[in-house]
Amino acid sequence: MSDHIHDDKIKELEIKANQIRQSLIESLVSAGSGHTAGPLGMADIFTAFYFHILHHDPKRPDWDERDRLILSNGHIVPIRYATMAHAGYFPIEELKTLRKFGSRLQGHPERERMPALETTSGPLGSGLSQAAGIAYGARIDKKAFRTYCFMSDGEHDAGNLWEAAMFAGKYKLSNLTGIVDRNNIQIDGMTEDIMPLEPLREKYEAFGWHVMDIDGHNMEAIVDAVQEAKAIFEKPTLILAHTIPGKGIEKIEFDFSWHGKPPKPEEGEQFLNELRTLGGQIQSEHE
Amino acid sequence: MNKAKLVDNLADKNNLESFPTRDGFGKGLVQAGEQDERVVVLCADLSESTRTHWFKEKFPERFIQMGVAEQNLATVASGLAQYGKIPFIASYAAFSPGRNNEQIRTTIALNNVPVKIVGAHAGISVGPDGATHQQLEDIALMRAMPRIVVVVPCDMVEARKATLAIAINNQPSYIRIGRSNTPVFTTDKTPFEIGRAEIFRQPAVTADVAVIGCGILLYNALVAAEELAREGIEATVVNSHTVKPLDGKTILAVAKDAKAIVTVEEHQISGGLGSAVAEFLAKNYPVPQEFIGVQDRFGESGEPEELIEAFGLGVEAIKTAVRKVLKRKS
Repeated sequence: MSDHIHDDKIKELEIKANQIRQSLIESLVSAGSGHTAGPLGMADIFTAFYFHILHHDPKRPDWDERDRLILSNGHIVPIRYATMAHAGYFPIEELKTLRKFGSRLQGHPERERMPALETTSGPLGSGLSQAAGIAYGARIDKKAFRTYCFMSDGEHDAGNLWEAAMFAGKYKLSNLTGIVDRNNIQIDGMTEDIMPLEPLREKYEAFGWHVMDIDGHNMEAIVDAVQEAKAIFEKPTLILAHTIPGKGIEKIEFDFSWHGKPPKPEEGEQFLNELRTLGGQIQSEHE
Repeated sequence: MNKAKLVDNLADKNNLESFPTRDGFGKGLVQAGEQDERVVVLCADLSESTRTHWFKEKFPERFIQMGVAEQNLATVASGLAQYGKIPFIASYAAFSPGRNNEQIRTTIALNNVPVKIVGAHAGISVGPDGATHQQLEDIALMRAMPRIVVVVPCDMVEARKATLAIAINNQPSYIRIGRSNTPVFTTDKTPFEIGRAEIFRQPAVTADVAVIGCGILLYNALVAAEELAREGIEATVVNSHTVKPLDGKTILAVAKDAKAIVTVEEHQISGGLGSAVAEFLAKNYPVPQEFIGVQDRFGESGEPEELIEAFGLGVEAIKTAVRKVLKRKS
């Protein structure tokens, strides 16, 4: 379906990503806790997946043939919630219940409360294994759907993740694609200071993966990379998506102190205004 | 008598068949694989010693070799179960659910997918391998976790039945199996149902004590009960193979009858079957209780029978505990 992406489709996705960022900020302000930088940085990729790449049906989240999207670094789930709401999985209004008692929108994702999330995650380094298990099961049954796993870069400190990388390489799980949010930050600082990950590309290649580097904010690049992954039949594929933490809001971009805190209400207003005006390039209808 | 349909020559230990519970698991696994093609088996480089190699020989396309990677073992299985398979994951209990406890918690229990965790080489009876491999905390680890069914079979025959039962229960489950040869004293006709304790010995008169056990030490409990009967002490013996969910109904009934309890398990006294029984009775019908189990220490190398005696899990230790609890009866 997505062999070639037209310019107007790209524009449409970019506008959608901006709307989703606004919903994200609103839900984080309402929650009063949570992560900001990582979710903003993954807004474009989530938008590309839910609005162009995935074979899915928001009205039938248990459809057997759906592509599976596994979120390994569960703490960025607010951006998944915002994207899913915009895609029609649940009312956008419900985003305001994020992290509230009784909500389906738990601080970290829980499949039991919302099956469309596919897995429960939060503790880092285990999502790629779960995605590999799904991909392996699909291969036993000769299913055509694809399994995608979104990971953070920081969670590559964890041994479990490399066990999964070795496993997927051994069994040549070509129906599995990993996407790493390579934003270079984690809670305590820069990834290369905390525990150096480089050369990440070469590490995955040595484990038997096909690896691509892309700009994680370029819709065309995101779509093209996933297309290329589908054409690789003998290996799993890893997309190293270079992203800017906090992308879209100048004050947050590149600042690791925004990893684990939400905007205060007045900051939220300021950020929403920045998103609505595309950083002052256009006049906001709210002004 | 013998409603439990145990072997006729129960007391004749030298003439009983002797096999490890892992053999029963291995046989049950093959049978489960024949009955349901969703059954897949993942093993962490221990297929012969966990007896999953029998499944591998029969169903190579459904056997997944994971290497020495127990965290990946649990989490890949989580994905397979989420997709629709029934994965059994086999390793030593020291490593699974030992090393991968968080992965089991998040991706199996909280995620609520029907992965079957097989803890092999559990207990002190592992023998010469020593303390690192003698898992004595696994029942506590698994029992404390919401949603996980915990089953501890007493012999090879029961291990086969338990394996078949958890294959179809559609719940995350833990089965504990052992390495060494132990008496086979139940039969194909012995009733087995997850969550239902079986009374293996019922005195004709009101019992003086109820011995509630799980796993291979249940045989010692039965021998101890026969020997105590000659002293005029009558003991009920209950096989509480399912530690979770605990069969409160049966335990309450035997506690009301005997008014004194001894629990028996090859596990730390903290957090295992004894704790489960004590928690239940403290709330519903408090009676004196003594605990046969490992007394808050690690194991060591030795022969299985030698270790069972040295760690206070033998027939004499059970008899001593019974006499002690009887003194505490009001």
